Amino acid sequence: MKNSAPDNVKISCKNVWQLFGAGAKRFLKEHDYRPNFEQITEAGIIGGVRNVSLDVHEGEILMIMGLSGSGKSTMLRCITQLLKPTSGEVFFDGTDLTKISGRELIEIRRHKMGMVFQHFGLLPHRTVLENISYPLEIQGIDKETRIAKARELVDIVGLTGRENYFPRELSGGQQQRVGIGRSLAVEPDVWFLDEPFSALDPLIRKEMQDEFMRLQTQLHKSIVFVTHDFDEAVRLGDRIAIMKDGLLVQIGTSEKLVTEPADGYVKAFVENAPKAKLISVGKIMKPGQSGDNGFEPVNSDAVLEDVAQRIMLSEKAVPVTNKQGEVVGSIDKATIVKVLFEA
Amino acid sequence: MPSEVVTSETDQPVVQCDSVYKIFGDNAVRMLQSANGVVDSKSFHQAGCVVGVNNASFEVHAGELLIIMGLSGSGKSTLLRCISRLTEATAGKILIEGEDLLSMSSKQLIELRRNKMGMVFQSFALLPDRSVLENVAFPLQIKGTSTQESIKRAKDMVDLVGLDGRENYFPRQLSGGQQQRVGIARSLAVEPDIWFLDEPFSALDPLIRKEMQDEFLRLQSVLSKTILFVTHDFDEALRLADRIAIMKDGVIEQLDTPANIVLHPATDYVAKFTEEVPREKILRVESVMDPVDPAEDVSDLRISKDAIIGTVAEAIVTADKPVTVVDKNQTVVGALHASKVIGVLFGSHAEH
Amino acid sequence: MDAILQNRKLQFVLLLIIFILLCVIVAPSDTNILWRLPPLIQGLPVAINDSVEYLMSDWFPIDVYDPEIEDYEQKPLLKEVTRAVSNSILFLINLVREILLGGVKTIVTFTSWDWATENPWARWPALPWTVVASGAAILGYALNGPRLALLAGVAFVYIAVFGQWEPSMETLSFVLIAAPVSVLLGLALGVWAYKSRAVEMVLNPILNVAQTMPHFSYLVPVTVFFGIGDHAGAIATVIFATPPMVRLTLLGLKKVSPEVIEAGMMNGCTERQLLYRVQIPSARRDILIGVNQVIMQCLAMTVIASFIGAKGLGHNLLLALNQLRIGQALELGICIVLIAVVLDRMSLAWANKQTDYFADLSFVERHKFSLLFLAVFITGIVLAYFGTFFFKEGLNYLYLIPHNKGITTEWFWQAGVDWVWDTFFYVLKDFNEWLIKSVLLPIKSAYLNMPVVATFALTMGIAYILAGARSALIVGAFLLFIALTEWWDRALITAYLMTVGVVVSTVIGVIVGSLCARNDYATKFMLTVCDTLQTFPSFIYLIPVIMLFGITDTSVLFAVVVYATIPATRYTIEGLRSVPPNLHEAGSMSGVNRLQRWLTIELPLALPHMMLGVNQTVVFALFMVIIAAMIGTDDLGQLILKSLSDRHGVGNGLTLGLCVAFIGLAIDQVIRTWAGERKKALGIG
Repeated sequence: MKNSAPDNVKISCKNVWQLFGAGAKRFLKEHDYRPNFEQITEAGIIGGVRNVSLDVHEGEILMIMGLSGSGKSTMLRCITQLLKPTSGEVFFDGTDLTKISGRELIEIRRHKMGMVFQHFGLLPHRTVLENISYPLEIQGIDKETRIAKARELVDIVGLTGRENYFPRELSGGQQQRVGIGRSLAVEPDVWFLDEPFSALDPLIRKEMQDEFMRLQTQLHKSIVFVTHDFDEAVRLGDRIAIMKDGLLVQIGTSEKLVTEPADGYVKAFVENAPKAKLISVGKIMKPGQSGDNGFEPVNSDAVLEDVAQRIMLSEKAVPVTNKQGEVVGSIDKATIVKVLFEA
Repeated sequence: MPSEVVTSETDQPVVQCDSVYKIFGDNAVRMLQSANGVVDSKSFHQAGCVVGVNNASFEVHAGELLIIMGLSGSGKSTLLRCISRLTEATAGKILIEGEDLLSMSSKQLIELRRNKMGMVFQSFALLPDRSVLENVAFPLQIKGTSTQESIKRAKDMVDLVGLDGRENYFPRQLSGGQQQRVGIARSLAVEPDIWFLDEPFSALDPLIRKEMQDEFLRLQSVLSKTILFVTHDFDEALRLADRIAIMKDGVIEQLDTPANIVLHPATDYVAKFTEEVPREKILRVESVMDPVDPAEDVSDLRISKDAIIGTVAEAIVTADKPVTVVDKNQTVVGALHASKVIGVLFGSHAEH
Repeated sequence: MDAILQNRKLQFVLLLIIFILLCVIVAPSDTNILWRLPPLIQGLPVAINDSVEYLMSDWFPIDVYDPEIEDYEQKPLLKEVTRAVSNSILFLINLVREILLGGVKTIVTFTSWDWATENPWARWPALPWTVVASGAAILGYALNGPRLALLAGVAFVYIAVFGQWEPSMETLSFVLIAAPVSVLLGLALGVWAYKSRAVEMVLNPILNVAQTMPHFSYLVPVTVFFGIGDHAGAIATVIFATPPMVRLTLLGLKKVSPEVIEAGMMNGCTERQLLYRVQIPSARRDILIGVNQVIMQCLAMTVIASFIGAKGLGHNLLLALNQLRIGQALELGICIVLIAVVLDRMSLAWANKQTDYFADLSFVERHKFSLLFLAVFITGIVLAYFGTFFFKEGLNYLYLIPHNKGITTEWFWQAGVDWVWDTFFYVLKDFNEWLIKSVLLPIKSAYLNMPVVATFALTMGIAYILAGARSALIVGAFLLFIALTEWWDRALITAYLMTVGVVVSTVIGVIVGSLCARNDYATKFMLTVCDTLQTFPSFIYLIPVIMLFGITDTSVLFAVVVYATIPATRYTIEGLRSVPPNLHEAGSMSGVNRLQRWLTIELPLALPHMMLGVNQTVVFALFMVIIAAMIGTDDLGQLILKSLSDRHGVGNGLTLGLCVAFIGLAIDQVIRTWAGERKKALGIG
């Protein structure tokens, strides 16, 4: 997962704007699609998403992380077309979703997209089984087939035995399992998750995150996952996009965010992140073949947490080797101290 | 948190709970009597009773910050409400500065609340029809303080929490963080001795929450109140508390200092929370320092034995010699070696 | 057997079969109690009459000092109490009225008629209309700034210019007393019910009956106890306007967040402080809606109150209606609506007023509005004085524009009505005849040909299937009461008009509501339309239908449909709009089309709320059916109207009123129980 081929772009957003307020479209045109924050505020318009471009690669988990009001959920809704972007393009397998007809969009949603919602979005008048089979019913699939498929999913999300429960009879975590089951019913290509675990209590949240990772190792979906929890983003994401006030502040792997935060805002989140778990030796070593000094080397892919103690207790720099065992650099105590402690 | 935990035995505790039970349900009292002090929440549930607090006993001393931590339904808020007598405890004894809370008349209770207690609520609980200033002045006006005086005092409080200029705003015009500042100002308006905070920052964004926690620590360093603080956030508890009581299903699973809880979790349940806690964030210098060795060459750097290791780690690992450890009176009590700190930082993940 | 217990569809089919069988088997015969029950409680009205008579003239005599004969005299307690209430209310109404319009009655209260006749100078002078109108504008400005000032000013100038000053001020004086009394009474009862569960239990059925009884039916008892006049109208209004205030106060108090109450307690509030300074202020949103409802009810009652002697716009509107003067009725209707809107906005602004603690103001600044009013007062009087030189023949337009001497647009509306009448006469006539002959009459006779046992089986069966055994028994009890009076057939006619009206209204309401709910602007527009239509006194709806269809069942039906479609539409929109957005999104992501969205998401979730709309539709339809007695029907309403002019009408009026109320309450019981359970099951509301 971590090293998905970057050329297989599943979704590509280009200069997406989502402005709320009367005459937003005209306003954007008048300002040459480059209005700044002051101009937007002055016009009495709310900038939900401002000029965001990002790609989602096949099989990767892209986390969109931001606090409330940052535009992360709005961005997700622009991608899924639950909100029509004010301007910009959203390519899904090469098709621009903003230009297709309502009917075509419905077809794409029916077959290629699945979405999980923060507050579950379950239909209260339907049982677990009926909720999970709902998207199939909408497609017009016959009852027998869809019930069989739904039963399969009930087993996958671990709700066997509760098929005929109503959502109100389930705990929050169980309800979200139903939501996950429903979103997977049509075997979508892309899986959208909008703060799926935020409404759950921390121990259950942890459990659901593990469950999510388990499912993903089986399914290998392309995933867009929205969260306000930086720890969750670091724990689950291949790449993280940090949003603030509708802007995409930075996008990259968690290691990149930690070692090269784009600004103070990103830094504020990164500060409490477990840096030693995220940064690999190769990222901060001093490159060069001359590092071999007879000390036992460390692997360049190893994260600091696992090797730091030895490096720091060593009197001299420790050589770093690549997978083939060749020395590619060296690392010493000072470098680690600098990376881990300097804010 | 500065760790001036007062534990001297002679000192009278400000709040003392002795086998406090709170059980909801029609026949709660009868059920409790027949249970002989051993309450099993499952069998009570079958009898139509819900166990809120199950045999809680502890003391809070003057100037101490006790955090009651638990997930939803753990009974943490119920316990707080028993101590503020917003709900009547089903059984047990609660002493406030030595006086029996549960036997007080409603008049005495009102006097106690008017003068000695302040409380902050999770959803802020501001009066929607009153401005910031009027909300803060409210407890004073209830006491019968003159309008002029209460407004003056309220203005001081509004300044204290950093809301000057917004006196005439209504709660709906403020952000969540600002609303909670109003809630804090209101709870402090009568200069209470005991400060209750019921998940005060849970409704706020993480960055704002952090900011409010800092603000809270700043206020507490100025005011030194006796505090009972309820939260569901274990990190928050670690960050702020002198001592933490972890609750589950109405029972206090463990009550101890943050360091002891992390190092020696009493039950599996507590361990679930402590699993991922970085030890440098809770361990103090004292616990890893070595005794003074007069022969050793130490650096001039001096650190307090009560400092949290995480906050001084950089200084110690970059120092080329061991660092001197001192107590409050600047007496030398030990020396700290970089290897010990590195051990705390990375020890549990060693390769071998 | 299990299948029947599980499957509602099956249950309904079974019920229908039983119903049809019963209809076929039971023979129409006067002696067959399966066909019609014997009127066992025929004597109830007489018994009520006797007890009222006893209460008013014999019960609990007390000694009262009579200054005329300078001695104590034995008088019945109740009569003295009601007389005291009447007199104080009348005094208050007259006081306000004479401040606005001038007069002598207030002076007489403190002296005597003889004295007033001997001293012709002792008259309270009216305020010039200019002063009242600018006073209203100043008050509006003081409360909420220029917009409210403009609204108030324009409203009062309109009233004056269109020559409706006197009746409008009469209505205003009546509302200014009835509304605060209702608000205070409602608030007190609401708080009491909040504090005591027992009070709530007792109050609830009383409020139910009071809100479903037709207005006409308690006019008679009010006249018996309180006589005839403005005060009687005011008391009838209070009885009608208080229940929603009680309901909303209770609702508001129950909604106050427990944390806010805890915060109050932790601040050391006593019970009283908690109530007045925490709970009531925090419940203000709902309480203010209650105030708004009271004001609307007061103005809606002006017409009905005029039946028992209340003066003012309502009285004139009734006259205009009787003479079929549509233009004038419209202008009067606008006056009523304007007064309602101004009062509503002002009460709202007053409740929202804020104090500034830091303003350091001079005397003039602090009293600027009083000073301004003083200036306006003097200017107005000076103007009025100059007016006496200007205008001749005792008319002084700067002092008072006399009734119907203002400008009018009546000719315009009349011309419009004439045109419609000339153009569509035959079309309307044919339609009317077709509707009556081929639709309404067959339905009516079907209702009348239902054996009583079949009616009971059907209604109780539906109640049982939808809302359980308890509801079925309650419905049965309500129906039994009606069946045991001598008016079962009349009640069937009322039920027929009501059901036809409700079915048509619901269909229209659901269609219109569903279409409007799709779009934000359409939603807002339609809700505003509903709000506006609801403020019109119900009588206004009779004007156009009489013009079009004359005095027939068609007119009644159309009036019912127009009036009852309002709640059906509103509740449909509210229900559909309250479907949580994440369910819509869940649907969208599953790829639903419009019809699938409506059928699988919106309708199931909105249905309970929409059914509450049907409930309201029933109440509205019943009201209109009864009011339509004015244009001639042969149902319960006609009998109630007759009892109004009967000296011994109390018993008949009340019993008939109960019959109507019980029809409404039976339906209410079923729908409310069903909707409540359904909402709980869906986890909404």
